[in-house]
Amino acid sequence: MEQLLQHLVNGLVLGGTYALLGIGLTLIFGLMNVVNFAHGEFYTLGAYAAFAALALGGVDFVVAVLAAIGAGALLGALCERVLLRPLRAESIDTTMLVMIGVWIAMQNGELLVWGGVAKSIPHPFPTAPLVLGPVSIAPLRVFVLVLAAGLIAASYLLIHRTKLGRAMRATFQDRDTAALMGVRISRIHTATFAFGSALAAAAGALLGPVFLAYPSMGDLAALKAFCVVILGGLGNLPGATLGGLLLGIAEELGAGYVSSGYRDAVGFVIIILVLLLRPSGLFAREERIG
Amino acid sequence: MLNRWVPVVLVVLLAGALLTPAGFAQAPVKIGVIQPLSGPVAASGNYVRMGAEIARDWINARGGIGGRKVELVIEDNKSDPKEAASAAEKLIVRDRVPAIMGAWGSSMTLAAMPKLEEYGVPMVVETSSAASITKRGNPWIFRISPPSEMEALGLERYVAKLGVKRADFLAVNTDWGRGAVGAFGDMLKKKGAAVGAAEFMDQAATDMNAQITKIKATGGDTLFLTTAVEQITLVMKQAQEQRLGRKIITTGGSSSPTQLIKQAGAAAEGSYHILFFMPWFPEAMPDGKLAKAFVDEWNKRGHPFEGLTEGFRGHDGIATIAEAIKAARKDEPKAIRDALWKVSLMGVNGPIRFEKDGPAGKESGQSKPSIFVVQIKDGKVALPDFLAQK
Repeated sequence: MEQLLQHLVNGLVLGGTYALLGIGLTLIFGLMNVVNFAHGEFYTLGAYAAFAALALGGVDFVVAVLAAIGAGALLGALCERVLLRPLRAESIDTTMLVMIGVWIAMQNGELLVWGGVAKSIPHPFPTAPLVLGPVSIAPLRVFVLVLAAGLIAASYLLIHRTKLGRAMRATFQDRDTAALMGVRISRIHTATFAFGSALAAAAGALLGPVFLAYPSMGDLAALKAFCVVILGGLGNLPGATLGGLLLGIAEELGAGYVSSGYRDAVGFVIIILVLLLRPSGLFAREERIG
Repeated sequence: MLNRWVPVVLVVLLAGALLTPAGFAQAPVKIGVIQPLSGPVAASGNYVRMGAEIARDWINARGGIGGRKVELVIEDNKSDPKEAASAAEKLIVRDRVPAIMGAWGSSMTLAAMPKLEEYGVPMVVETSSAASITKRGNPWIFRISPPSEMEALGLERYVAKLGVKRADFLAVNTDWGRGAVGAFGDMLKKKGAAVGAAEFMDQAATDMNAQITKIKATGGDTLFLTTAVEQITLVMKQAQEQRLGRKIITTGGSSSPTQLIKQAGAAAEGSYHILFFMPWFPEAMPDGKLAKAFVDEWNKRGHPFEGLTEGFRGHDGIATIAEAIKAARKDEPKAIRDALWKVSLMGVNGPIRFEKDGPAGKESGQSKPSIFVVQIKDGKVALPDFLAQK
């Protein structure tokens, strides 16, 4: 029982980060019809931006996270403007190949700039764990979970409560009609890509100090993000959030009670089941048009 | 008309023949290197490369091999067994190297091995610990790193002093990790210690909380940890977060304690590490002078100190191959292989000499390296009490 509680807490913390990774990807996927293979690299970018700001710039931890978010948004906007906008009329395969190119270029760029040796990102939180009965958790992890929840909530509000969000949803439902109604599609696309990339960078900046920063850290993160998107359904924000938590907890329990050697397999088994039984995602609404 | 040229041609040929030993623009001797220069274990691979470059420069400064310079052809296996196999093929077929050093991880080495047999090119294995590497009957393999069994044997006499009564294992899910769990488990059982959980983690995994929670429930006193420094850092931090409270002993020699002190901080305090080089106390190595010179050269090049515990492997591997080429008197794979059986040299780790291992008639070479144990005490690397008192 004590173990189960600790496993659930671990899974929740892990799942929160998966959710944060997943929502950025699902937005870009759903709205722009772009399979963003470089999503994991924006995650890595966030971690290194935070590292540069903290270890080299000597700024505050919160400022470093903000700097990472800014860097992610900026590079995301640039990427959309330069690479994706000229290809908007092209098929999904073309943009997918372009994003694979971006992925390879960014990862090797990181290797060139930072080298292959992992960097430890400093953080201001005490390392002694918080202890609640049988469960213990590091203060940094609590902070990450809270901030991840805040970012997910902010994304939800942005999409459902603001004018930009309404324009985004309109574009998602029917691009041509939205354009006829005066929505500037190009701007929406740039904003969406920048927003999705910023969320990935935020995840990197938050998780960098929990783990370590190294050039290939984004590969595993991107894989998990794709799992979350498939679990939750394309373009489905609450779906990605729940999918992330589900994946985190399933992996944790799989490792805890089945076999730690097959930890990642647990996640993929769930995905295969979802694709077989509910191909539009666990949390997809019926009759979705888009 | 033609006759007039004959003496000229003869003179030129003669002059060429005379000038040759003095380095008449001779082709360099190529040695292939396969290491993980990117991916999850990139740090270790890059350190091995730096050590190999020091060996190359030292050999060349002493005049090379028979007047020919040594050239390293370095390939990245991206921490991936598939890439290791294609790197071996590329080095052999395209670069035509007569010998290779590689490929750090056991799974990478095992993946490259069939290529060695196919083309008949020897490889000196500088890091890998899986027993199967020298047991498979691949006569092109010469290992200077200890297999896990040898490592376990090296630790055996300290088990009581370390106070290991009930041990758990957490290891990377590769040939190396699985092999180490078996080898150390057998040794501990022989010494009367109980063996609890054996948990595994993917090489790229960053969150090991599930495994730690599970291990915490076994009530043991010691955790044997087998993986590279990146994951050791993460496990130590996460073990601290969960108040695991175990004595941690790392195996495999890739723990880089100086890097752990920097990156894991207090979480690394008290941990023990099995190593094959102690750059903190070079004078305590079998050849103190060579060890000291290597540390000095490493520092002079501005390489990070924490890389030394991996870097020496690169030096010893290249020095071994160079010695064999020198003895073979030609850079031809088969001749080098035959010469490897006869080499006897002093590496940074200690004496290197190959003995037969594996099925009769197709034996691989296995050297018997020196094995050391250090402890992180008060944020510094020290000899454990039971060794320091001697």
